Amino acid sequence: MQPIDEWLRKLLLLPPAASSMARPIDRLHFSVISVTMLGATLLVLMGGYYCVRYRRRRPRGPSETRPAAPTPPLWAELGLVGFLFTLFVAWWAVGFKQYIGLAQAPRDALDVYVTAKQWMWKFSYPDGSQTIDELFVPVGRPVRLILTSRDVIHSLYVPSFRLKQDAVPGRYTSLWFTATALGRQPIYCAEYCGTDHSRMSGSVVVLSAEDYSRWLAQPGTRRAGEGNAGTRDAELRTEGERVAARHGCLRCHTVDGSPHLGPSFAGLYGADIPLANAEHVTADVAYLTESMMDPALKVHAGFEPVMPSYAGYLNPPEVSALVEFIKSLKDVPGQSAREHGVPAASAVTLPPPAGSIGRPPGEPLALPSEPGHASEQGFAAPGRELMPLPRAPRETLEQKLGDGGAP
Amino acid sequence: MIAVKLEPEPMALPPDYLHAKQGPMSWLTTTDHKRIALMFYGAVLVMFLLGGVFALLFRTELLSPRRDIMDATTYNKLFTWHGIVMVWLFLIPSIPNIFGNFILPLQLGARDLAFPRLNLASFYVYLVGATIVLSGLFAGGTDTGWTFYMPYSENTPVTLFPVVFGIFVVGISSIFTGLNFIATVHMLRAEGMTWRRLPLFTWSIYATSIILVLATPVLGLSLILVGLDHVFHLGVFDPATGGDPVLFQHLFWFYSHPAVYIMILPAMGVISEVVPTFAHRRPSSYAAIALSSLGIAFGGFLAWGHHMFVAGISTLDAGVFGIFSMFVAVFSAIKVFTWVATLYRGDIVFSTPLLYFFGFLFLFVFGGMTGVAVATQSLDVHWHDTYFIVAHFHFIMVGGSLTSFLAAAHYWFPKMFGRLYSERVGLLAASLVFMGFVLTFLPQFLLGNAGMPRRYYSYPAEYQWLHVLSTGGSYLLGSAVLLALGNLALALAYGARSEQNPWEARTFEWLSPSPPPEHNFESPPVIDREPYAFDLSEEQIRARAFPG
Amino acid sequence: MPAPSPAEQFATLERQGATLRFGMWLFLTSELLLFSGFFALYGAYRATYSADFQAALHHNTLAYGSVNTYVLLTSSFTVALSVSAIRRGAGKAASAWLGLSALFGLAFLVIKAAEYGVHIHEGALPGHWYRFREAPTLGGARFYTLYWITTGAHALHVTGGIGVLLWLAWHARRGRYLPEYHPTFEMGTLYWHFVDVMWIFIWPIFYLT
Repeated sequence: MQPIDEWLRKLLLLPPAASSMARPIDRLHFSVISVTMLGATLLVLMGGYYCVRYRRRRPRGPSETRPAAPTPPLWAELGLVGFLFTLFVAWWAVGFKQYIGLAQAPRDALDVYVTAKQWMWKFSYPDGSQTIDELFVPVGRPVRLILTSRDVIHSLYVPSFRLKQDAVPGRYTSLWFTATALGRQPIYCAEYCGTDHSRMSGSVVVLSAEDYSRWLAQPGTRRAGEGNAGTRDAELRTEGERVAARHGCLRCHTVDGSPHLGPSFAGLYGADIPLANAEHVTADVAYLTESMMDPALKVHAGFEPVMPSYAGYLNPPEVSALVEFIKSLKDVPGQSAREHGVPAASAVTLPPPAGSIGRPPGEPLALPSEPGHASEQGFAAPGRELMPLPRAPRETLEQKLGDGGAP
Repeated sequence: MIAVKLEPEPMALPPDYLHAKQGPMSWLTTTDHKRIALMFYGAVLVMFLLGGVFALLFRTELLSPRRDIMDATTYNKLFTWHGIVMVWLFLIPSIPNIFGNFILPLQLGARDLAFPRLNLASFYVYLVGATIVLSGLFAGGTDTGWTFYMPYSENTPVTLFPVVFGIFVVGISSIFTGLNFIATVHMLRAEGMTWRRLPLFTWSIYATSIILVLATPVLGLSLILVGLDHVFHLGVFDPATGGDPVLFQHLFWFYSHPAVYIMILPAMGVISEVVPTFAHRRPSSYAAIALSSLGIAFGGFLAWGHHMFVAGISTLDAGVFGIFSMFVAVFSAIKVFTWVATLYRGDIVFSTPLLYFFGFLFLFVFGGMTGVAVATQSLDVHWHDTYFIVAHFHFIMVGGSLTSFLAAAHYWFPKMFGRLYSERVGLLAASLVFMGFVLTFLPQFLLGNAGMPRRYYSYPAEYQWLHVLSTGGSYLLGSAVLLALGNLALALAYGARSEQNPWEARTFEWLSPSPPPEHNFESPPVIDREPYAFDLSEEQIRARAFPG
Repeated sequence: MPAPSPAEQFATLERQGATLRFGMWLFLTSELLLFSGFFALYGAYRATYSADFQAALHHNTLAYGSVNTYVLLTSSFTVALSVSAIRRGAGKAASAWLGLSALFGLAFLVIKAAEYGVHIHEGALPGHWYRFREAPTLGGARFYTLYWITTGAHALHVTGGIGVLLWLAWHARRGRYLPEYHPTFEMGTLYWHFVDVMWIFIWPIFYLT
């Protein structure tokens, strides 16, 4: 099997497979491509053969009749359709299964936050360090990338991993892989994003376990983040705590396990969350980011759906910091998942603070400002200061409205 | 001014539609579906050549990874213009508005379309829309790609509004045409023309028209919203004000995926006429071809999400869209098998349209099979937005639609102009079109496998040999298309006079003289048979259609 | 007046009338799909920002929306009266009813404009222009963006509909429609009813719930 795979891979010009999912995907690829190409060739040859075999051999007059042409029996037609249908659905089933596998990262995956912007990739690691255009990962260990974009849609593409995922502004998507080969693999941007789309490339550097820990220990080899100067050396979770305070998260979510308006952050990460609609969900990165952006979608059972959406209020680094902060409270003795379901009565009956619906409490709202600088912002050169959102400068509603609508 | 009275024709026949009235005004204000079809022919060919020139320009740039003849911005504009002109101004209107317009009433035995003035309006609306699009392109041009993805389209510094507004206007023309065809098929069939006797080309144009009427308004809406977002910053899809750019993709592909079938269904219709005519036997299964057209039209509305497998849609959605894509693939496969089976025990005369059918068969089958491959989701993750996809949809949309456009241009040439083209040049051009096409796009499949993303101005040097092959192929393809069209243009003036039915076809458009008179039939034909009755002789056919 | 004869492509006048009707229904289907785009956008965003939408919705003055609904429904009634007048052969009466309907349509637009004026004053404008201090949320901005584009598109249709009504009124006055054959008239009035029905869908989602 292996030599044939390798031969087909070279024939089809596929780059060498360098991730754990690449091999099964390639195998499906080879079976689909060889069967379809063989079938297509047979069909075309059959048509050509008929044209020669049944060509007209003598001219025919205008009054000449000929017997009606034969039609294939119904069972043959239905059989053919049934066969094709089964074949296609079988491929679909295998492909879908693999696709589901691509969507579900193992729980112990190493998280790296990816922020795309025109025309660069920024990778933020849990310890707070950042690299530009170069992603460092250990070999043989699952790595999950959590992607977003600051301006337009980009798409992170690693051909040798057979992986690709769009980075969408205002949304968080994820992608995971286990690298199986040491070395450098190219990263491309696959979603058209403007003038320098074709130059928005980078690379994944796959290190051995020892090299990776050496790399982790050497901050000198990493490029510091371009974010706020104050956070340059701070760990992501310290920054997350600050973000939580700044945006008023801690007014409703405690960090010591006691329930308040919302579930406590303590012990939240990785817990099994009962939802208001009687389903269950694991509080992973995807659920946490989704709940910040779209809190009404999956509401923790026993809590009122009073949390406003933070889409547009939290910028990507803040979200990743928050998630890391919540993650760091994973082992804080708090309530267990089961206890989450029965918060104190006062918490449920407490009316939400005035103005809390649709608006982060206690935090002046930032609404996007005058249009007009959009194009200039959209084309910020790489290396310029990262803006929190494509359109800037942001101005708070308070400033805009004078003393404003905050009660 | 003295009107010059023409000498009456020597025969008793009424003058054909080309000579029934004289002077430019008789063309510009005509409501004759055949003349409107010819005006569309001219306009659409201009768009086709323009789109081709754009393609050749950026293919030339791609000969090397460095800057050759243009900078990145110009390159980005050119592939956008190529896509916009080819998709919105050439492929979508081409076969329906030219051959559908000309042939559909003839195949139904009708004297015209149901709403002739609406048909003329459709032409002028198209012309106005195309003019707006082109002026928008030349006045600074868009660089968003023909898909106008948000939020890039909102923030791009170049002109956008005229282009999307022009496409919206062209969409109105499409709705008019589609509505007209559906009404004609329902209300203007000749006596005895039951649904089971409709020629297959008419079936496919009918299915296409359903898509045109249902999907175009949604596209028009989403493009206008893109334009308003760009100009007035309404932020409908802008994440900065809480909008969702993926929602735009849903709206866009809800139309634009069925739009793929707007391009390919009429092409399939042409092939379904060419194959039985030159094999001189009835299609091996009429019902399979007719019903699969409707299956594709409706199934196509449920497959749009397969453009978004890596956009962050839910896994379950992706699964559903994937399986509907497979359904459409099965419907398409039914057609292909039926065409090949139609050749079996036929009485085959090899000619230019049939050679185009072979090109079509090869390109459509290989393109379609790669479609099955990309509908397999885990494989699409690798191929999405690479040259593999570019090659895949060019095989289907262009290889399929362009070869059948040329097949139709040759097949109905005697019907439209009453003359014969040079068969030898026609066969040569058809072979060259095929070879040029394969040479252009086969390397692109390999480029996609190797990991080359689409819409790239520069690329890693190891891909260069494939790009050189592809560019060489595009030059060959361009020359071959010019050769084919030149052959037809020469035949307009110098071609030998054709008989009424030179291919011994059996469908009803050949019952009227070639070229037909102004109102198509001297007396309305009576239809008492299936459209592909090759067991009857030509004399029997005529005697039964016109018993009087 | 000479009895009308069918156009070249039709065998009979009945066939011609039936084809016109069929074509009009196809056109309305197409229009319906256009509005369904707006409703799909509304549904998608409301699912994301349901609380914000409800909050923003209550800032819309119910009175404006309801009076306008009443005005449009009445205009549909007078349009129906004009059709029955044509069937009686009373072209002048039909013309008068249509004129009245067009006035109702105009009244709708005037009320709508007044309401837009209030929104502009409050800063409840679409997208990046949104300055509404009573619902300072992203969802509120989204709600008013959709509100403006949807009601704006509908108002354009109303304007077109008024044009159609006036055109029909002009021709009805000159006696162009026969009691036994008047499909054009019927189709024109059908368009007005369609515009009306679309408002019946817009009204609840922007004013009621």
